[in-house]
Amino acid sequence: MKYVDEFRDPKKAKSLIEEIHSLKCKLEFDHGKPLQLMEFCGGHTHTIFRYGIEQMLPDWIELVHGPGCPVCVLPMGRVDDCIALAERPNVIFTTFGDAMRVPGSKKSLLQAKAEGADIRMTYSPLDALDLARKNPGREVIFFGLGFETTMPGTALTVLQAEVENIENFSLFCNHITTVPTIKAVLDSPDMQIDGFLAPGHVSMVVGEKPFEFVAQSYNKPIVVTGFEPLDILQSIWMVLKQIADKRCEVENQYARIVHKTGNTPGLDAISKVFELREFFEWRGLGSIDHSGVKMRDQYTRFDAERKFSVPNLKIADPKSCQCGEVLKGVIRPWECKVFGTTCNPETPMGALMVSSEGACAAYYNFGNLSELLSKRNNRQEESIA
Amino acid sequence: MSRTAQNRRTLRADTITLAHGAGGKAMRDLIDDVFVTGFDNDHLAALEDQARFELSELNAMGTRLAMTTDSYVVDPLFFPGGDIGKLAVTGTVNDLAVGGAKPLYLSCGMIIEEGLPVEDLKRIVTSMKATADAAGVAIVTGDTKVVHKGSTDKLFINTTGIGVIPSHINIAAHRAQPGDIILINGFVGDHGAAIVDARGEMALENTIDSDCQTLNELIDVMLKVCPDIKCMRDATRGGIATVLNEFAESSNVGITLSESGLPVRSEVRGMCEILGLDPLYLANEGKVVAVVPSNQADTLLNAMQKHPAGEHSAIIGQVVAKPGGRVILQTEFGGERIVDMLVGEQLPRIC
Repeated sequence: MKYVDEFRDPKKAKSLIEEIHSLKCKLEFDHGKPLQLMEFCGGHTHTIFRYGIEQMLPDWIELVHGPGCPVCVLPMGRVDDCIALAERPNVIFTTFGDAMRVPGSKKSLLQAKAEGADIRMTYSPLDALDLARKNPGREVIFFGLGFETTMPGTALTVLQAEVENIENFSLFCNHITTVPTIKAVLDSPDMQIDGFLAPGHVSMVVGEKPFEFVAQSYNKPIVVTGFEPLDILQSIWMVLKQIADKRCEVENQYARIVHKTGNTPGLDAISKVFELREFFEWRGLGSIDHSGVKMRDQYTRFDAERKFSVPNLKIADPKSCQCGEVLKGVIRPWECKVFGTTCNPETPMGALMVSSEGACAAYYNFGNLSELLSKRNNRQEESIA
Repeated sequence: MSRTAQNRRTLRADTITLAHGAGGKAMRDLIDDVFVTGFDNDHLAALEDQARFELSELNAMGTRLAMTTDSYVVDPLFFPGGDIGKLAVTGTVNDLAVGGAKPLYLSCGMIIEEGLPVEDLKRIVTSMKATADAAGVAIVTGDTKVVHKGSTDKLFINTTGIGVIPSHINIAAHRAQPGDIILINGFVGDHGAAIVDARGEMALENTIDSDCQTLNELIDVMLKVCPDIKCMRDATRGGIATVLNEFAESSNVGITLSESGLPVRSEVRGMCEILGLDPLYLANEGKVVAVVPSNQADTLLNAMQKHPAGEHSAIIGQVVAKPGGRVILQTEFGGERIVDMLVGEQLPRIC
């Protein structure tokens, strides 16, 4: 398939892997501990597992799967709010597909749908707006979710609703921002990451500049990365090359999509409709300052949070979950106490087991479960002994 | 009283109402005009409470009777490449055929939501009849219920089928052994992709046709060339990933699949790329996955490719000793990943 197969060429992959191997001798690192590279974005995690990239890499490189899966990091309280909105009389609640399975404190949207709430899967916020046009007697709420990647689409939909004066459309805004979250990971005392793959599609909107602090203030190399398997391998090589050259800068591997200054009309739409929240709650990571956006006052009439009252209760993550430690690379997904036993994709306890892009779900689905579990049990026995 | 063509009643309504399921004259009109005329065979026209078969005729065909049942609830009722009626016949015929049975007779239970246009129902019955004729089976008994608006989604169909298995055939999911080869009769995921496409939510430019087809003729050819087919299933819901996992688990063997050998249409691949779906888990309605001894694989492949239902047949993988119960995909890119059973349903990814 054109524009796809070129980026999955096994011959090119092989030569990139050889290049990566040959960099080892130029790298200065503690050989007792592998180099840890974090891919921030859930889309990258998905590619890494789907193409089996981890097994292709040398064992002195460890990929840490970061918090960039918006579905995974959605706190239970927000899911409860979604359900409260969806269960209001006369509401059509619209959402992206993979948010349907995220568990709230009592149920998921899928379960609420089964119990009778009118919850529909949409592929774009414009589909929700169209539903509102076609159902003037009903309130259509769109569940806005995602990082800067999906923000322009939601913002433009709100602006369109304003132009057409569609009164029965509103947005339940749960958009989150990338930079404060990367910063939270970097500020964490047990952080051990040596370099970053920056999210390609977020960068397509925001540009390269917002990531400069990673290189300048924290002295970590960072490479804006595309989503095909060769993109990932090339970016890993680029990060390693920076480490080898003792450089720390933002480099752009995904130049075919990402412009240095981002997408101006998209950014304009975002700043017109949204403003930063003081803080936003994340599953696994807790509250992070300025890590979410809300709608500006002039769009109150399209803001489901203000149009209807939502319970807005804070629900703590289950105590046994170690999502936070996994997200920061302190432990690997399968080292978590509940991985694969009480926490599995059918009944996820922690954020990272929820979506196929979550690191734990990826290990569970694509890894050898019994081998991982016995490895974990052996470690636990060792630490007890 | 047998219904000959001359004394059959006529249905004059445009839509199905609760009266058509109430057991009275309206129901007789519906049965006569739509089902007895549509399915057109002596068993049904006899209008007894059951169809009757001569045991001696069944006996002459084999030693074991095979029986299967399936319910069909597809939305929309009509989609590119088929409709719920065609599906209801192919699905049950295929479930018999993959066990090595010669499919013979089907029942047809319909649960109809009031308000269904009679024209739609007639179109579906005509499609069932044409599919049954092509597969050499007859729809010999049936049942009709009409339910209140909202109690069902337009039309649900259940078909039960019986067939006869010849004595020398022994197909079972637990028979796969290391070294065996796995074949499929064509492109995977067409039906699942066609249904997503037909729901119109994606507004794709291409039309993807469902692969909905009966497989009994192809399987007949396959069993003639290779009577020792060890495992065989049609890959419907859950896709080929599910069938392969069933084989691996039942036989306690590993299965390795090669991504580069997997036949997937580029339209289907494109849709999967956009939505973040995996063709391995998409539904098929005319695909058979077979496990055969390695020395017979090439001959079988040749024979399959000569049949219209197997034109794009391919060898997609092989059975290995370890890891037992696991299916492993060798990605085109050079990596490996485990292909597990699906958890819940596949949901499109956000970004």
